[in-house]
Amino acid sequence: MNGVRILVGTRKGAFILTSDARRERWDINGPYFAGWEIYHMNGSPADPDRLYASQSTGWFGQLIQRSNDGGQTWEPVGNQFAYDGVPGTHQWYDGTQHPWEFKRVWSLAPSLTDPDTVYAGVEDAAMFRSTDGGQTWQELPGLRAAKGHLWSPGAGGMCLHTIILDPSDPQRMFIAISAAGAFRTDDGGQAWRPVNNGLKSNFELPDPSAEVGHCVHNIAMHPARPGVLFMQKHWDVMRSDDAGDSWREVSGNLPSDFGFPIAVHAHEPETIYVVPIKSDSEHFPPDGKLRVYRSRTGGNEWEALTKGLPQRDCYVNVLRSALAVDSLDSCGIYFGTTGGQVYASADSGDSWTPIVHDLPAVLSVEVQTLL
Amino acid sequence: MIRVTLPYHLRTLARVSKEVELQVDGLATLGAVLDTLEAQYPVLRGTIRDHVTHERRPFLRFFACGEDLSLDPPDTRLPEAILTGVESFRIVGAMAGG
Repeated sequence: MNGVRILVGTRKGAFILTSDARRERWDINGPYFAGWEIYHMNGSPADPDRLYASQSTGWFGQLIQRSNDGGQTWEPVGNQFAYDGVPGTHQWYDGTQHPWEFKRVWSLAPSLTDPDTVYAGVEDAAMFRSTDGGQTWQELPGLRAAKGHLWSPGAGGMCLHTIILDPSDPQRMFIAISAAGAFRTDDGGQAWRPVNNGLKSNFELPDPSAEVGHCVHNIAMHPARPGVLFMQKHWDVMRSDDAGDSWREVSGNLPSDFGFPIAVHAHEPETIYVVPIKSDSEHFPPDGKLRVYRSRTGGNEWEALTKGLPQRDCYVNVLRSALAVDSLDSCGIYFGTTGGQVYASADSGDSWTPIVHDLPAVLSVEVQTLL
Repeated sequence: MIRVTLPYHLRTLARVSKEVELQVDGLATLGAVLDTLEAQYPVLRGTIRDHVTHERRPFLRFFACGEDLSLDPPDTRLPEAILTGVESFRIVGAMAGG
């Protein structure tokens, strides 16, 4: 099939939306795992029919599901996420130290080359790896050694939500944690260090430039320029041109620099997308207008994309993992909302169409381009 | 034969109907029934109890013959009506509304 497969995780199940390359007519399949929270689904770049899904509820805990046929059938695989050694403690809301406790898997990142190797970002924040297709999971404990005792949960929990694998260097990975910040490994995940120089959290931290503690919401990278990273922080849109060693703000003329997701155009490494949200106190778009903002200059200069999006009385949110792009010639952009809509643009964001209106609240959107 | 009633989501996960029947070897205690259930349906491991500590998940309860055994230790002997299959041992999810 030449086209697009969208993997949508929601509060009450998973959905798979498919289209041919024209992206005009969509088939909607699901719900899979009905009634369960699907924080994330993702496909293997090495085998697009190999999918992984994070399935959880407060009642029954965590499951990982795996598909070998593009999501038509699924099988549960390993769900034991045991922290390495004595789990230790991290900063708690009241300033005391609190034991690490596994809650759920927020993010799944299959290896770029091996369908059986997959990384999982979890709450309480830690990184796990499976090399047997998800049957067993081992923590990469070097991450929590990077000042983990100073990390603290944000309101949404202390979650490792973003995993980026560097396509030019298999030893290098980036991750982001709320509320700890961004971290990088250059040795395949053994040693990690914070890469938060330049971030300023004036309202959230006693030391606004602290080495850790920042509430990073999402990071994006273009695979052709792995040294350039874009970040949506709690407040502020940031950019790094040195693989996270330093960051500078590129919020520019955004109506609000608060938001959750950020994405990079598939063919234009300086074209980036955010969805401004009014504030951390009011999680909906400014003025009730759902607008994606695009910068073609790598930040600072932003334009509102509104064609086809509701421009009045819209009070949904777009969560951190709910914005993604395809890599067809005319780049497709997709996002899901807490109101259950999934919007698609087949023209780099110039115009938008809802694929589906009434899903459960969307937690995550991933896109596979099928050639 | 011991009958165990599962909540909806665990039935779906284990691909079973409302009840499963277990042959429990040795003394049929609360812990032994859960051990046997997980051995027969490995997909349920971690969904009822913690993998390692075997601590009950907070939003699940264990009922038997009108009694709540959720807080009882794992070596608790189950009532005769459960052991003989007259009544089912029930694993129940907490109510949630709104």
